[in-house]
Amino acid sequence: MRAAIVVFPGSNRNADVARALKLAGAEVVTVWHADTALPEGTDLAVLPGGFSYGDYLRCGAIAGRAAAMDAVRAHAARGGLVLGICNGFQILCESGLLPGVLMRNVNRRFICHRQLLRVERNDTRFTSAYAQGQVIDVCVAHGEGNYFADPETIARIEGEGRVAFRYCDAQGTLTVDANRNGSLNSIAGIYSEQRNVLGLMPHPENFVEGLVGGTDGRGLFESMAA
Amino acid sequence: MKARIIVTLKTGVLDPQGKAIESALKSFGIDDVGSVRQGKVFDVEIAATDGTDAEATLKAACEKLLANTVVENYAIEIV
Repeated sequence: MRAAIVVFPGSNRNADVARALKLAGAEVVTVWHADTALPEGTDLAVLPGGFSYGDYLRCGAIAGRAAAMDAVRAHAARGGLVLGICNGFQILCESGLLPGVLMRNVNRRFICHRQLLRVERNDTRFTSAYAQGQVIDVCVAHGEGNYFADPETIARIEGEGRVAFRYCDAQGTLTVDANRNGSLNSIAGIYSEQRNVLGLMPHPENFVEGLVGGTDGRGLFESMAA
Repeated sequence: MKARIIVTLKTGVLDPQGKAIESALKSFGIDDVGSVRQGKVFDVEIAATDGTDAEATLKAACEKLLANTVVENYAIEIV
C-alpha cells in the first residue's frame, strides 16, 4: 500500500503516523499542503494530527481549504482511502468530506489520556483486523473533539451505520464518564457515505508498539495495508 | 470600503466558552447577566466601491471560510 501523508504548517503527528504505517508494511511519502496532486499510485491519503495553521479561526478551517485538499477530495471521489486523525478529522469536517464539526470539549479543557473505544463495525477497509464490538485501548489528546451535527445529520449517520468508533468503558458500554469531550452519541470517529473516508479524534498511531504502552492501534493500520 | 462581519453560534449549539464567561461575570458580582454567547468579529477592508459588490464579496468570504455554517451564523455590516 502506498500512503501519502499531507503535511500542513503546524502538523506534528506526521512522523508517528508514518511509523505506524511502515510497521504495517506501507510505503510512505510526504505531500506538502501547497501540492496540487497526490503522488501517482496513492492508495491512502493521511491527514495527521497537530495544530494546522495554529488552529487559527477554527481548528482545521484553513487547512480544509488548502490546495492539497482538492487533490484529497478528488482521491476520495475516485474511491481512494482517506484517513484523518485528530486535527485531520477536524480538517475532514471543515473540508466537507465528512459531515458535522468538532466543537470545544464540553469541560473546556484540553484532554490527554488513554481512551477506550468500541469498534462499531469490522466490515470496512479500516477495521477488518478488529472484531465487531471489540474494545480497544488507544489515546486522546485534544481541546476540540466534541462531535456535533444537527439532528437530521446525526440520524442519517446513525441510520447508514457510519459511526466507526465510540467512547466506551471496559465493557464496551457508552457512559457519560467515558465520553469526556461531550460528543453526541459518544461518537469518536465517522465514515463517509462510501466508507472510504474515516475521521477519528483518538490516536491509534500512539499505540502500535508494546514499548510505549499498547498495540491496540495496530489493527487500523494493518486493516488498511491488508 | 470597510465592513464588519459578526459570526455567532447558532441557537441550541453548546458554547462552553460563553458559559465559562457567564459564570466568571457572575462570580465577579455582575449578577444581572443572564446568559453569554461568545462570537467573533472580523473587520475587513475591501476594494469594492459598490455596496452590492461588497455584499457579494463578503458573503463569499463568510461561506467559504469565515463561518462554519454547520454551527455558526454570520451578519455583514458595511461601515
